[in-house]
Amino acid sequence: MDISSILIPVAAIGGMGLLFGGGLGVASIKLKVEQDPKIPLVRECLPGANCGGCGFAGCDALAEAIATGKAPVNACPVGGAACAAKVGEVMGVKAEQGVKKVAFVKCMGTCEAAKTKFEYYGEQDCDLENGVSGGRKACAFGCLGDGNCVRACNFGALSIVDGVAVVDSEKCVACGACIKACPKHLIELVPDDKKIRVACNSNDMPKPTKDNCSNGCMGCKICEKNCPSQAVAVDKFLAKVDYEKCTQCGVCTQKCPTKAIKDVSGAAVVNE
Amino acid sequence: MNLFLILLSAIFVHNFVLSQFLGICPFLGVSKKVETATGMGIAVVFVITLASAATWLVHKFILVPAHIEYLYNIAFILIIASLVQLVEMFIKKSSPSLYQALGVYLPLITTNCAVLGVAVNNMNDGYGFIASVVNGIGAAIGFALAIILFAGIRERVAKCNIPKCMEGFPIALVTAGLMAIAFLGFSGML
Repeated sequence: MDISSILIPVAAIGGMGLLFGGGLGVASIKLKVEQDPKIPLVRECLPGANCGGCGFAGCDALAEAIATGKAPVNACPVGGAACAAKVGEVMGVKAEQGVKKVAFVKCMGTCEAAKTKFEYYGEQDCDLENGVSGGRKACAFGCLGDGNCVRACNFGALSIVDGVAVVDSEKCVACGACIKACPKHLIELVPDDKKIRVACNSNDMPKPTKDNCSNGCMGCKICEKNCPSQAVAVDKFLAKVDYEKCTQCGVCTQKCPTKAIKDVSGAAVVNE
Repeated sequence: MNLFLILLSAIFVHNFVLSQFLGICPFLGVSKKVETATGMGIAVVFVITLASAATWLVHKFILVPAHIEYLYNIAFILIIASLVQLVEMFIKKSSPSLYQALGVYLPLITTNCAVLGVAVNNMNDGYGFIASVVNGIGAAIGFALAIILFAGIRERVAKCNIPKCMEGFPIALVTAGLMAIAFLGFSGML
C-alpha cells in the first residue's frame, strides 16, 4: 500500500477546494456591490404585496427607486398615506398627501342591458373569448364578464355582478393589476372622492350603441350642454368627466337619457 | 463539419432533457411561464458553456497528470459550484441589468445535474477543448429549447379544462413524456 495514492488525491482535491474557496473569498471582497443602507429600511415600510401597482417590478425595485430618489416617497398606492409617512421618515422628507384612487369598470352592459351576437361555449377567460371575434356581446367595447380582472386582483376587490365586473372601492388599493388583465381596456383609475362617472366605453356611433346596449353612452352631448362647470366633454361619441373641474352637482346624471353617467355613491339623487 | 455535427447532435438527437432525462428538476420547476423559462434557458447556456471549458481544463491538467481521474465527480461539482458563485458575483458587479434577468436562476443551476452531465459526457467521449465547448453550447441550447417549448405548452394547458385529478404536475409529466416521444424522432438522424 503506497501512501502517496492517498496523499495525492487529498492534496489535489483539497488544494482545489482551498484555491476555489480562497478565490471566492477574495472575489467577494473585490466584487462587493455597495448597497444603499436606506434600501432595506424603505423596503420594510412597504406592504410587500409585490403587486406592481407602483409601476416597478415589485416592492424591492420600488424601495431601490425611492432610496435613490427615482420615485416619490408616496409612490406605493397600496400602503397609502400611512406607508408614505413611514417611508418619508426614513428618507427624511415630508410625504405629500396623495389622493386615494380606485379602479372603475367603465361598463354597465349587464346580461339584461347588452345584446349578444352569438352564444359562447368556450373557456371562461376574457382573453380567449375576446379572441373569438371580440366576444359574444354585440358591443365590441363592453365587459365580457369572464373574470380575468377578478382573478388578477390580489385583494378580492372585484366581482362579476350580472355579467359585468364591479369594483369594491373599499377593498380596492389601486394597484392596477386588473387594468393590465382586461383585454378590453375597460378599467381605469379614478379619484375615489369623485363619484360622478361615465360607465361606458363605447366609441360606436349613436345608433349601434343604442341597439347594442340600453345603458350605453350615445354621445348625445346633453351632459356637455347642461354641465354648469364645463366638466363633461364628448369625444368620439363618449362622454368624459374632467375631475379637475367636476363639482359633483349631479346635473349630468339626471339629464343623461340612458343613465350612462352615474353617481356611484347613490347619495346625490336630486328630485326632478 | 464535425463540430457542426456535435452541435446538432447535442441540441436534437441527444437532447439533455428529452432523451437523456437530465436536468428534469428545473425543467418541471421553472416552466410555468415562457418568460421565466427563457431566463432559465439563457442562464443555463451561460453556465454550461463556461463549465464545460473549466472542467475540461481541470480534467486535462490536474486530474490526468495526478492519475486521479476516478475523482472526477467531486472535482467537477467543486468547479461548477464555485464557478457559478464567481459568475454570479461578477455579473452583479459588472452588469446589474443582466443580474436582474439571470440572478435568481444562477443559484438553481449550481447543483444542476445537466451541467455535471455535460462535463462527464465531454470526458467520456474524449472531446478536445473546442469540441467540449461546442458540445456544451449545443446541450445548453437543447435544454433552453426544450424548456421554452414546454413552458409554451404548459401556458396553454393551464387554460384548458383538465380533469381535476390531472391538473398541475400530472398533466405536465404527461406533456413532457409526449415531447420526449416527439424528440425520439431525431434519434436515427446522426
